[in-house]
Amino acid sequence: MTDPDYWQTLGRYTNARIALGRSGSSLPTAAQLQFQLDHARAKDAVHTTLAISELRAALAEQGGEAKQEMIEVHSRAADRRAYLHNPQLGRELSEPQWQRLRETATHDGWAQCDVVFILGDGLSALASQRHGPPLFQALHTRCGERGLRCSPLIVAHQARVALADDIGEAVNARLSIMMIGERPGLSAADSLGLYLCYQPQRGRSDAERNCISNIHGAGLDYEQAVATCCYLVDHALKRQLSGVQLKDDTDTLCADDHRRIPFWRD
Amino acid sequence: MTFSVQLGIRRHTFSDLRQLLAKASPPRSGDTLAGIAANSNEERVAAQMCLADVPLKHFLAEWVVPYESDEVTRLICDSHDATAFAPISSLCVGEFRDWLLSDAADSPALHKIAPGITPEMAAAVSKLMRVQDLVLVAKKCENISRFRNTIGLRGHLATRLQPNHPSDNSAAIAASIIDGLLYGSGDAVIGVNPAGDNIGGVCHLLHLLDDVIQRFAIPTQSCVLTHASTSIEAIERGAPLDLMFQSIAGTEAANRSFGVDLALLREAQHAALSLKRGTLGDNVMYFETGQGSALSANAHHGVDQQTLETRAYAVARTFSPLLVNTVVGFIGPEYLYDGKQIIRAGLEDHFCGKLLGLPMGCDICYTNHTEADQDDMDTLLTAFGAAGGSFIMGVPGADDIMLNYQSTSFHDAHYLRKVLGLRPAPEFEQWLIASGVFDGNGQLQHHATLPPHFAASLKLDGGALP
Repeated sequence: MTDPDYWQTLGRYTNARIALGRSGSSLPTAAQLQFQLDHARAKDAVHTTLAISELRAALAEQGGEAKQEMIEVHSRAADRRAYLHNPQLGRELSEPQWQRLRETATHDGWAQCDVVFILGDGLSALASQRHGPPLFQALHTRCGERGLRCSPLIVAHQARVALADDIGEAVNARLSIMMIGERPGLSAADSLGLYLCYQPQRGRSDAERNCISNIHGAGLDYEQAVATCCYLVDHALKRQLSGVQLKDDTDTLCADDHRRIPFWRD
Repeated sequence: MTFSVQLGIRRHTFSDLRQLLAKASPPRSGDTLAGIAANSNEERVAAQMCLADVPLKHFLAEWVVPYESDEVTRLICDSHDATAFAPISSLCVGEFRDWLLSDAADSPALHKIAPGITPEMAAAVSKLMRVQDLVLVAKKCENISRFRNTIGLRGHLATRLQPNHPSDNSAAIAASIIDGLLYGSGDAVIGVNPAGDNIGGVCHLLHLLDDVIQRFAIPTQSCVLTHASTSIEAIERGAPLDLMFQSIAGTEAANRSFGVDLALLREAQHAALSLKRGTLGDNVMYFETGQGSALSANAHHGVDQQTLETRAYAVARTFSPLLVNTVVGFIGPEYLYDGKQIIRAGLEDHFCGKLLGLPMGCDICYTNHTEADQDDMDTLLTAFGAAGGSFIMGVPGADDIMLNYQSTSFHDAHYLRKVLGLRPAPEFEQWLIASGVFDGNGQLQHHATLPPHFAASLKLDGGALP
C-alpha cells in the first residue's frame, strides 16, 4: 500500500525529511504520526513554565562555584497569551520589580558586577530548564577564573531577549548574558540561545547584541558554546562594545568537505 | 477627509482614509498591537459600510502615506494608468465589489483594468469580501510570467523547491533537491535560503544550483534568496544567477529597514537582465512579502498591515517579476495570531496581488508559537488552489530545518493537483514525463531504481559521508 522511496540512502546527508515514501502520493502513516509528535512537542515546549525547585536541584547537582541562590523576576507579560500577543511586555520589568531588583543587588553587594546572568524561559522553557544549569555553571566558573564579578542567576518568567537590557540597567552590570529558550522547531524543541550585550540598558538594539544559537543535543554542544561565549566576553570587555562590530572569527568550517557532493557521478 | 455613518443611536466617525481602512480590516493581532484596530465588532462593520460608499476616485486624492515623504506613494501615484482606470472610475468600493463578482468582470476585463487599480483600492475592496469572494475573483485573473518555463497558466500550479540546510552543506542541499525533483517539485524555482550571507558562500550555492539544472537539463530557474546587493556582487564575480531575489514592503521606511530602495531594485533588475539567462522570457525578479513587516520595522505610518502589504505589490509590479510570494504565516502570532487569521490573510494577499496583475504564490506556513496546525494549512492550501494560486513551496516533509517553521511539502502539491486537476508548468511537466518521474497521466511513476535520466549522473549506493 505504501511505496518506499528507493533513494533513502540520501537521508544520511541531511536531517531534512527526505525519502519519506508515499501512500498514493500522500504522506505514509508512520511519517504523518512522526510529524504530529514533533509538532506536539514543539507546541508543548512553548507553553511549559520554568520549575524553580527543579532548577535549584539541578544547580546543586552541578556543584561548583556558582551560588545556588536564585532571584526570580517576571516580565510585564502576565501570561503566555499576553506574552505572545505583545512582545514588548516581555522586554520590560514592572517598575516595582525593577526597583526591588536594584535594591537587592545593592544590598547583597553585586550591583555594578561585571556579568549579570539571566535565564529566561523565552519560547521554550524546556530548553532553559534542560540546558540552563550546566551552561550557567560552566560560564560562572570560567568568568570566576578571569577574576570577573558575577551576579547570582536571575530567573526570568515570560522573558524576551531584550529583558536583559532592563535587568542590566537595574543592576548596573558591565555585561549581560541572557540564556533563553528559542522558538522550537520540529527537529529540536529544546534549543537554547545565548545573548551577550555590553553595557546593557533600555533601548539597546538587536544589532548591539551577539548571539550564540542552536545550543541543544543535536546542535551546538556546551563546550563550543562556552568557548565562543568566553571569546565574546573577553573581547567585549576589552573593546568595550558588543554586537555587529564584534564578530566571532573562530570559524572552523572545512570548506572542501562541506562542499563535496559524494553522490554525483562525474 | 472624515467619514461617518449613523447606526441606530450611534454615529461612527473616522478621521481619515487611513483610519477608515484600519478599522474596516478583519481582525488581525498586528493591527491590535499597533493600536489601530476597530474597538468593537460593530465599529468594524460601521467602517466597512462607510468604506463601501467611498468613490474609487477618492483613492487618487487622499494617500494613506504622504506623497512628499514616501517614494512608494509617489510610485503608486505617478504610475497610475488613467485609461485603464476609466471603466471603473465611476464606482464606489462597494460597487467595485459587485462588479468584480459579476460575469462582466471576466479574465480579459480584469487584465485590462489592472494598471488602473491602486493597492489601496484593492485592499479596500478586499475588506468587504468574504473568503469565497476572494477565491472567486482571484480565480478569474490569469497573470502569466516566463523565464525558462511558463508560470500562472490557468489549470497549472507550480512549486518552489526549497532545499534549505542550517549550515548550507552542499550534499545536504543536493540531497533535498534530488528528493524534490523525484517528487516532481521545482518548476517555479529551485530556491535556497542561505544560512549565511557570505558572498563566497552565495556564489558557491549559485554554481551548485546551476550545475543541477544543467546536469538534468531541467526547464526551470534557480535562486539564492540573499540580499539584492549581495546578488549584484555575485553577478560581478561571474556567478550564474537566474533570478534576482529581494524582500520588499509597502513603505519607503520599511524598505529602508530591509536595506533597499527603488533605485537599488532597478539596479538589481538591470544586473540580472544583463546576463540574458532566460530562454522564454525576461521576468527575472523574485519578491517575497508578508503582512506585518512594516510594523515590525516600526515603519507603518498608522496604516493597517493588509493595506501596507498590498502597497508592496505596487513595488513588485514595477519590476515585472516572475514570482511574488507572500510568506503568510512566518512572522508570528503578534501579527497573525492563529490559523483563522493566517488563512484569511493568505487569500487576501493572493487576491490583491492577482488583481494588481502579479504572478502570486503563497508560502502556506506557520511557526510553532502560533495557534495553527496542519489542518489549518490544508484548509488554506485547498482554498488557495481553488483561487488559482500560481505556486506554493515544496519543503521536504513540510519541515524547514533551517528556518524552523512548517511550510507545504512535495506531497502537499500532489494532493492539491489531484483534488483540483492541476498540472505543473507545461515545459516542466514535459521534462518530468521524459525523465520518467511522471507517467503519461501526470502521476508519479512506480520505480524500484532510478529512472535512466537520473541514473546517469547519480549514484545512490556509494560515496562516503563528507
